Amino acid sequence: MASIKLKLPQAAQNAQEPITHSDGPIVTGTSVLGIKYKDGIMVAADCLASYGSLARFRDVNRLQAFGERTIIGASGDIGDFQYVQDELEKLMIKDFCLADGHELATPHVYSYLHRLLYSRRSEMKPLWNSYVVGGVHSSSSQRFLGYVDLLGTTYQSSTIATGFGAHLAQPLLRKAVEGREDTLTEEEAVKILDDCMRVLFYRDARSLNRIRRAKVTKDGMEVTDPYSLETEWAFAEHIVGYGA
Amino acid sequence: MAARIDLPAGGFSFDLAKRNAALEAQGATAPKATKTGTTIVGLVFKDGIVLGADTRATEGPIVADKNCEKIHYIAPNIYCCGAGTAADTEFTTHMISSKMDLHRLTTGRDSRVVTAMTLLKQYLFRYQGHISAALVLGGFDVTGPHLYTIYPHGSTDKLPYVTMGSGSLAAMSVFEAGWSRDMERQAAIDLVKDAIEAGIFNDLGSGSNVDVCVIEKNHVDYLRNYARPNERAQKEQQYRFAPGTTAVLKASVRNLVDVVEGDAMDITS
Amino acid sequence: MATSSAKEASFSPYEDNGGTNLAIAGQDYCVIASDTRQSRGYNINTRFAPKTFKLSDKTVLSTAGCQPDGNMVVTRIKQHMESYKHAHNKEMSTPAVGQLLSTMLYMKRFFPYYSFNILGGLDKEGKGCIYSYDAIGSAERVPCLASGSAAALVQPFLDNQVRNCNQVGKPRIMAASPVSHLSLDQAIKITKDAFTSATERDIYTGDNLQIFIVTRDGVEEQVHPLKRD
Repeated sequence: MASIKLKLPQAAQNAQEPITHSDGPIVTGTSVLGIKYKDGIMVAADCLASYGSLARFRDVNRLQAFGERTIIGASGDIGDFQYVQDELEKLMIKDFCLADGHELATPHVYSYLHRLLYSRRSEMKPLWNSYVVGGVHSSSSQRFLGYVDLLGTTYQSSTIATGFGAHLAQPLLRKAVEGREDTLTEEEAVKILDDCMRVLFYRDARSLNRIRRAKVTKDGMEVTDPYSLETEWAFAEHIVGYGA
Repeated sequence: MAARIDLPAGGFSFDLAKRNAALEAQGATAPKATKTGTTIVGLVFKDGIVLGADTRATEGPIVADKNCEKIHYIAPNIYCCGAGTAADTEFTTHMISSKMDLHRLTTGRDSRVVTAMTLLKQYLFRYQGHISAALVLGGFDVTGPHLYTIYPHGSTDKLPYVTMGSGSLAAMSVFEAGWSRDMERQAAIDLVKDAIEAGIFNDLGSGSNVDVCVIEKNHVDYLRNYARPNERAQKEQQYRFAPGTTAVLKASVRNLVDVVEGDAMDITS
Repeated sequence: MATSSAKEASFSPYEDNGGTNLAIAGQDYCVIASDTRQSRGYNINTRFAPKTFKLSDKTVLSTAGCQPDGNMVVTRIKQHMESYKHAHNKEMSTPAVGQLLSTMLYMKRFFPYYSFNILGGLDKEGKGCIYSYDAIGSAERVPCLASGSAAALVQPFLDNQVRNCNQVGKPRIMAASPVSHLSLDQAIKITKDAFTSATERDIYTGDNLQIFIVTRDGVEEQVHPLKRD
């Protein structure tokens, strides 16, 4: 009679082996972009979840609304992101049950995420994500746009790009947005993000031209349905060979 | 019975590379090379090629040269931007330039870009990536304008717009958003300047000024420091030291020659 | 992924986010300054991320190194100061905060805060006061100090200009003496020149300069632009 063999995780098989579960992300989402504009905050991410180099899931939502006026965009490990979504929901329910009239505004969510990620990095069990947190305050109408990552690194800026976007999109975002945060219209903001997401699709091999975009204003939040960006490949017809 | 002859093994020897790796494994450190942490670019426009480069050279986190030249001369109609180890890009381009010179003298014809490209890729391939030169080669020859990138291992690309170096992604984003076929000269120069400035301001390995080189049929404009977007502001104070500020601990004067009153000069005959 | 070999290098909890800090103590003032660039590798995260924080009307703390750790040091110091205030009904003195910071850093001796701190302010006599730290809490009171990515560039400049080192005919300020002899105006000029010069040669320093001036009237903050390349 054949015996059933249980395959134990590496760490259990051999105590000498280092634990490898936090050595890297598995199913991943690529860049998230966020900018400030006249009316509030706009964030964009594509719909792809990759498994290594495999384009595994092509309709994934990486933009998570928190309450009425906070949007969270996630890149990195999708599993870790889903865990964070659960934690955020718990936080939301707890806060609701208190019914003390206190509102969990964007900076609070930002702080919560920061402390969650920093404590996990300090346990050497990082949540392998970079987050863009954006929002507008309900009474003061103040805009907030911040970044948190797996080390607990935080910063606030009028333009934020995670992952590959930090290399490819951030230069374009800075040029388009810096100094014009209070004058950029919604149409201009949409164009800036669409243009950057298109450039990312051209050059980031883990990206998709199918994207979601969210805006937060003092009147609330809107997240678009997924839509596709027009791309242009005509120049390629003139490319012949690589040299002689 | 015929004597066995040991023929020298063919190919190229990497014994020194192996030795260096072994020494490093034992804890020896190689002298630090100046890198050009660099943004370099090139594009094809209506009448030719525009090359661009920043002017920062670094040694680790330190800026070694604030205004170095990264667009190297290859031939009267060919120039080459270099990224990587400064010495490698300088010596490689200089050597190929010299070969092109001799080739022109031998053949009596103007140089072709493809010749320089082939020499460069064969040379770099021979060294299997140990020569850290990442190049953007551009020129205008009898067959028209040509633009190539050459990687340290010897592979090449022939594309209408290219970028290299640590600021290559910043620069490429500008090209992807702004390049179009058959651009006018000034529009092409502006786009190259924007691409280099994207590297200068967003990539810490790149900085200082923008060098541009426009290569057209029978005409080259080398625009050194075409843009200077990073002039240093006036200092708050002068830092002059009064003479004598540096302590003299000891002084000694030594005679290096003995002056001997000799015989009178011989002025006979 | 079923394969057992880890694909990426194992997780490192530390990162160097660059940046430079400087402090000069005078008879009745203290100047603490930092640039505001936050970087990661060759990328600039943001051009304005303050690294220096006002803790009270007479104490300021600046951090460099790993941003999350520095942030945590500042947060915890602030918490301690708040609780001290409620327990003793007075503000913590700068030397007391100085001792607290040292203890706090050493508590994490074997998983250190990768943070290079300068604590500046006025002591109980109203004199300028600077404490220098390493990452695990070794502390010392000094008249002037640089820390962070351009520390090796700035410190010799300060030693020469503030402490008159290697200058014949000028009174030298010993490293162990508590304050310099400079006027506040001179100290600010030297601070600005130190940062414009560090910006020229250190790739991790730039964007903006934040200067905190602590006097008996409180803390004044100035922001000046630096080069952005």
